[in-house]
Amino acid sequence: MSTEVITDSTVDAPGHAEENYLQSGKGVLSWLFTLDHKRIGLMYLVSVLSFFLVGGLLAMVIRIELLTPEGNLAPEVYNRIFTLHGAAMIFVFLVPAIPASLGNFILPLMLGAKDVAFPRLNLLSFHIYLFGALFLVYAILTGGIDTGWTFYTPYSSSFASGSVIAALFGVFILGFSSILTGLNFIVTIHKMRAPGQTWYQMPLFLWAIYATSLIQVLATPVIAITVFLLMIERSLGIGIFDPAMGGDPVLFQHFFWFYSHPVVYLMVLPGFGVISELVAVHSRKNIFGYKAIAFSSVAISGIGFLIWGHHMFVSGQSEFAGILFSFLTFAVAIPTAIKVFSWVATMYKGSIAYTTPMCYVFTFLFLFAIGGLTGLFLATIAVDVHLHDTYFVVAHFHYVMVGGTLTAFLGGLHHWWPKMTGKMYNNKLGNLGAFLVFLGFNVTFMAQFVLGTRGMPRRYHTYLPEFQFWHVISTIGSFILAIAFFLILGYLMHSIFRGKKAPHNPWGGVSLEWETATPPITHNFHGQPIVTRGPYEFPEIEDVEPAKAHA
Amino acid sequence: MSTTAEHAEHPKFLAHHFYTPGQQADSAKLGMWLFLGQELLFFSGLFLAYATYRFFYPDTFLEAHHHLSVPMGGFNTVVLITSSLTMALAVRAAQTSNQKKLIWNLVATIAFACVFLVVKYFEYSAKFHHGFLPGKFYTGHGIEGLPHLFFGIYFVMTGLHGLHVIAGIGVLIWILMRSKRGDFSAEYFTPVENVGLYWHLVDLIWIFLFPLLYLVK
Ligand SMILES: [Cu+2]
Repeated sequence: MSTEVITDSTVDAPGHAEENYLQSGKGVLSWLFTLDHKRIGLMYLVSVLSFFLVGGLLAMVIRIELLTPEGNLAPEVYNRIFTLHGAAMIFVFLVPAIPASLGNFILPLMLGAKDVAFPRLNLLSFHIYLFGALFLVYAILTGGIDTGWTFYTPYSSSFASGSVIAALFGVFILGFSSILTGLNFIVTIHKMRAPGQTWYQMPLFLWAIYATSLIQVLATPVIAITVFLLMIERSLGIGIFDPAMGGDPVLFQHFFWFYSHPVVYLMVLPGFGVISELVAVHSRKNIFGYKAIAFSSVAISGIGFLIWGHHMFVSGQSEFAGILFSFLTFAVAIPTAIKVFSWVATMYKGSIAYTTPMCYVFTFLFLFAIGGLTGLFLATIAVDVHLHDTYFVVAHFHYVMVGGTLTAFLGGLHHWWPKMTGKMYNNKLGNLGAFLVFLGFNVTFMAQFVLGTRGMPRRYHTYLPEFQFWHVISTIGSFILAIAFFLILGYLMHSIFRGKKAPHNPWGGVSLEWETATPPITHNFHGQPIVTRGPYEFPEIEDVEPAKAHA
Repeated sequence: MSTTAEHAEHPKFLAHHFYTPGQQADSAKLGMWLFLGQELLFFSGLFLAYATYRFFYPDTFLEAHHHLSVPMGGFNTVVLITSSLTMALAVRAAQTSNQKKLIWNLVATIAFACVFLVVKYFEYSAKFHHGFLPGKFYTGHGIEGLPHLFFGIYFVMTGLHGLHVIAGIGVLIWILMRSKRGDFSAEYFTPVENVGLYWHLVDLIWIFLFPLLYLVK
């Protein structure tokens, strides 16, 4: 970002003795009740990674179970495990992963602000998050849930056994955490930008977070009321989703997907934002199509509200509605493709550095392109009727959620890790980790595309012997993926204790977060930074666009 | 802005991460409007459920609504609208630093909110008495169709609205206590304003609930 920072004191003067945010305040309580967005972001990071570990281990159980056609687990146990895998990954990992951890840490820094607009609300949303997650854990310990993360009625309301209500209450509470975070970020972006930082001078990460926050504020209350109604339905039997009493179970599906489709974008848009940052910084080029990328984020979040019906092509909605939803789903591919083209065009003739974050950009582009394009298969009604509820769908959304969101999250984590911790990790191991993620992921889920097209239905714990070959391949892939994640965990932990001290600006980024000390001081900046240029005008390309020398 | 200047004239109510009171007030107001937006979407699910079942079972809705008390609902509507007026007057009083008027208008708003809840209590008791209850608890007589669905929707909608009224009383009491402490003046009244906005929304939701539930045609 080319931002020239004019401050009344030098930000990173050597020998400057001010404490960084990690040092100011000691003890657990100074963390749990901190108002500092950086500490809150870090606590979110630890929490979401813990839940990712839980969700990942559950996934490994699923893959091991599917090694043989008959399997070893009882069906009820298997149903609980895949439900918990989905619920944990979505509600406590993917949704908060990028916005609440990286976003919390980076967003005020990128704006040149001292904090988010409402620091106490920020802390509250973290506490609410923990409280909601506690209910999910409680549900697991007291019988689990076997409804699938989709909680379809009337099964979830009238027939399922286990702690459905506790899990629903957890989702209800988690929703408010998400709403408050989104609200906080929208206000912060509107009101706390540094002087001189116009909307078009914000890093694209912020545009993506803005679009995400709109979804958080506008879609999440709908899932809140939906699970609220479902809790009442299950506990009191008011009949609203119960066909035996004149209620309409399909109404539940409409409610559910009105949130749960936009939530796909809630999860992936921040990933887009991360990729926009990474691709520009590590290719040393100004981003191609800044406004196109910025507005496509907002367009995706807008159109994303109108396409929930593509989950219900076989649920008995009218054919006309189906056609409309199909058409709009195709429409959302346009802004998405604009982004992919812009990223690729940014790399064109750039001087690409083979850093770990850049390796995740390559992984992302490849995996997300497959995830996006297979989405078009499913948006085509005639094809969807055949592929609905098969492993093709499972593979598709894993390509989007894992191949898209998770790789972007890992890329962002590696990009901002030096800023957050003040330590460097081993770049070679980092690249190896990225490669293993790429390899393991493709082996795991490419096999599932094949399974799906051959008719293997999702959520079954036994299958016909002819599917075994591909299931075994998929399980092998999942082990590669697991090794990759433990490798990443290993060298990141190592870097905290033994890593080299990170230089002030390891990637040569020019957005404001690289102008502060590493790790940042508690108040982020000494004095108010002033922004005079765009976020990707790197010093070495300044001969093309003459500008003042970089501070 | 220089660090020293900022400390020199940093009013007590101004949080450290804002530079000017204007920035803080604007942020709080924008945040409140977003909060109200999410409240509306929260209720929108209920309005959609209402629309769906009214469309499915128009006769049931027409018949069942006769068993709601229009005088009581109408009275409560007047009570809430009046409370919105006293709330607006309280905001005005805060803006003009009129301490006494601020406190009395807040007290009046809280009183009206309590009246609303008392009337609601009598309405609910009557429904319980006749067995006009949601879903499987429905034991009433004399309504054709699927009245248990109507009363399910009635209780969920008015119940959630009632919870919002109770939450409103809570924040009004908080504002009242801060007013007594003398926190608000023409320079700083954002919390009063924001609680006012919330209260108007609670009022507004009722203004939609009343005709939809009590005045079905
Ligand atoms: Cu969807």
